[in-house]
Amino acid sequence: MACNGTGCQSTCYKDEEEPSSSSSSSSPCSKPSTDSVKPESTNVCCLKCKLNDAVSGYGGVDDGRFCADCFKSNLFGKFRLAVTSNAMITPTDEVLVAFSGGPSSRVALQFVHDMQERAQKNFDASRDRSLPVFGVGVVFIDESAVLPIPSTEMEEAVEVINSVVSSLAPPMKELHLVPIETVYSSNSSDGKEGIIKLVNSVSDPTGREDMLLNLRMLALQKVASEFGYNRLVLGSCTSRIASHVLSATVKGQGYSLPADIQYVDARWEIPVVLPLRDCFAQEINMLCRLDGLKTLQLSTGPSSSINGLVSSFVALLQEENPSRESTIVRTAGKLIPFHFNRIPEIVDGNVPLATRRRQKRYNLKPNESVSSESFCALCNSPLDKSEIVDWSNVDNSRSTDIFYSACCSSCQFQILPRDSMTMEQFYMDLPQSVIIRAKQANNGNLSLLREQIQDCLLSDGEDET
Amino acid sequence: MEEERQRRGGGVRLCCLCNRQRASLKRPKTLQQICRDCFYRVFEDEIHDVILSNRLFSPGDRVAIGASGGKDSTVLAYVLSKLNHAHSYGLDLFLLSVDEGITGYRDDSLLTVHRNQIQYGLPLKVVSYKELYGWSMDEIVKMIGVKNNCTFCGVFRRQALDRGAAQLKVDKVVTGHNADDIAETVLLNILRGDIARLSRCTSITTGEDGPIPRCKPFKYTYEKEIVIYPFYFIAAATSTAAFANPSPLSFTYAYFKKLDYFSTECIYSPNAYRGFAREFIKDLERIRPRAILDIIKSGENFRISTTTKMPEQGTCERCGYISSQKWCKACVLLDGLNRGLPKLGIGRSRAGITGRKDRNENYGGKSIDNKQCGTLDF
Ligand SMILES: [Zn+2]
Ligand SMILES: [Zn+2]
Ligand SMILES: [Zn+2]
Ligand SMILES: [Zn+2]
Ligand SMILES: [Zn+2]
Repeated sequence: MACNGTGCQSTCYKDEEEPSSSSSSSSPCSKPSTDSVKPESTNVCCLKCKLNDAVSGYGGVDDGRFCADCFKSNLFGKFRLAVTSNAMITPTDEVLVAFSGGPSSRVALQFVHDMQERAQKNFDASRDRSLPVFGVGVVFIDESAVLPIPSTEMEEAVEVINSVVSSLAPPMKELHLVPIETVYSSNSSDGKEGIIKLVNSVSDPTGREDMLLNLRMLALQKVASEFGYNRLVLGSCTSRIASHVLSATVKGQGYSLPADIQYVDARWEIPVVLPLRDCFAQEINMLCRLDGLKTLQLSTGPSSSINGLVSSFVALLQEENPSRESTIVRTAGKLIPFHFNRIPEIVDGNVPLATRRRQKRYNLKPNESVSSESFCALCNSPLDKSEIVDWSNVDNSRSTDIFYSACCSSCQFQILPRDSMTMEQFYMDLPQSVIIRAKQANNGNLSLLREQIQDCLLSDGEDET
Repeated sequence: MEEERQRRGGGVRLCCLCNRQRASLKRPKTLQQICRDCFYRVFEDEIHDVILSNRLFSPGDRVAIGASGGKDSTVLAYVLSKLNHAHSYGLDLFLLSVDEGITGYRDDSLLTVHRNQIQYGLPLKVVSYKELYGWSMDEIVKMIGVKNNCTFCGVFRRQALDRGAAQLKVDKVVTGHNADDIAETVLLNILRGDIARLSRCTSITTGEDGPIPRCKPFKYTYEKEIVIYPFYFIAAATSTAAFANPSPLSFTYAYFKKLDYFSTECIYSPNAYRGFAREFIKDLERIRPRAILDIIKSGENFRISTTTKMPEQGTCERCGYISSQKWCKACVLLDGLNRGLPKLGIGRSRAGITGRKDRNENYGGKSIDNKQCGTLDF
């Protein structure tokens, strides 16, 4: 994930246009409700089943072609294809769904549940019960420590989240309600203070948003790791990814961009998967309307960041041409992904042959992916060659300097404080896990550099790192 | 700056580069407060560095400056001849202009170019559509009407520049594309899914496989600074009553109603889309000036698979211009025109020249995909 990762919550906190909890679940064909269906399309027959009236309002090039049922199965089909062809979820997996309450992660949760329910049915019906049913947990990160969310709103949100998760059983799903300050291992009141100081020391509004995304990912990873999950599902949809493509471009992250926008991102301890990568925000909102899925949006105050500017730009473009978002994602999809953009175990025998075959067909060719071993200490984005600094020859360099050099140029510019006093404080306030990662990164950089200059080195044994 | 002075109790804010003179402007690229002299120094030094580090020229090169009469190419002509002198590049510089034959449109700018020729002492060559293709743009429009996906402007103008350059026997053509233009092109190529162009649009030199390479010395130069550059000259010329007798340093360029880059756009149906992207970049620049350079950096660092290549270039059987098809795009269009079937040319050539497979859906003529006129090549 780059500085502005495609973290799930981002999809749901800020970027959805119609996030309000909509209750209008219209009966699909005969009597569509007026808010979701254009009047002129009521008499158009569904192109797929040729039985029911088509509905419209879900955007994209297929808008108005399918009936509600076919629309829904089509959307679920996109999700399932993404899951199976990338081996995102296998029977033995423990899957953690990042849920923000927004429409995208709500739909991700619903679809994962639907899949689990089917697996359970198959399991119950099968005689030998050889194929286990994957486990599902849900995590919500409470960011009220660093965002101006009214406490009453947060209480309501927690209530809604509880009711949503409990309604999705059986199979039972554990819910983890976790404050963002969980990234600090010490007690949470210390953590709260630390995280407020940390976030406030970032002066650039875009940098602050992106810093929060980094921390959110850290929190999600921590929960996933502590509770034994092996997959983290984010609800990032096409629209969200399209915005990320442009934001990353604008921030000079062209090199690392492909890492963030694939179905699978296994650079993290717990691999992150994006099963809604091919679904539009409008489709997701439509599904929420049709099925009466309850969603919520927390008021987080106005945004004057580049991320906000990009989102409104993409919305304008999408309005002008309904296939724009997918074109953007398709363009960026042609950039070469990284070696970690696949489920790591894919080579061993655990994965069914059919999946492996599909993987071959859809996924990246191994030799085309970029092999990179250095990551930004802050946002964990792969560093391009010019960003890798060799510190092996510098004695007595301060730890803050080393940390600075272990960050990508984008983080250096928009997140890290300029003056050394504030930087010192910033470094002190960082969660321990970030510091550790930075140290590992530096060692990694060193060996990478060593590799590149190996033939020039006279003696190797003198200065072991 | 007024505020600043008041805050410091009447004290003068010094230039942060030289620390001697009074700061008189905020540099758009860095937001540094600098003096006028330092502005000119950094502006010219940066371009000089770009020229050196990218080895844009060799001594003895004949170089044509694509001159539209707008601010970018006018400032480029001035700065390049100044640097050529100051740093002894040893270049033979020429001005090269295209006359599309559009009543009222180019008159101004061609006049400007003529004036620049005298001011800078650079020989000028004007190639006209009428003489190259046998059709002026006015005549083409009379024939085909105003189309919202006009193919002619872009294709004809690009070829006209190449042909003019060939007639001048130059080694290189330089154009006034600035950093804003290049950032915009990066975005547009992402928006329309053109991965092949995305991979090349940030190169400072293009067309090295073609007859005459083109380069963009203003690749990292901000449009706002190009606007500032002549400002003091003009102010100085006005104040010293040099109005009637313009000094050799005074700047003349055509004030297009829209921005200068518009001169590369189809004159008859400007692309609404480019407008969006341009607005977006201006908004970005307001929040973060560095964004323009960051977009260019992203464009340079994109990892693009080697399998995405532009189609192989051959030469047109009819006119000898580089072409991936039997006939080059201009010849196809001309053939259509001459046979009274201009639509034929448009349809066939579209997939032909670029080898793109993208669907050129038009939504009310605003589609970004009809880039024929929008290709910033002049
Ligand atoms: Zn149907
Ligand atoms: Zn970073
Ligand atoms: Zn100065
Ligand atoms: Zn035109
Ligand atoms: Zn030809």
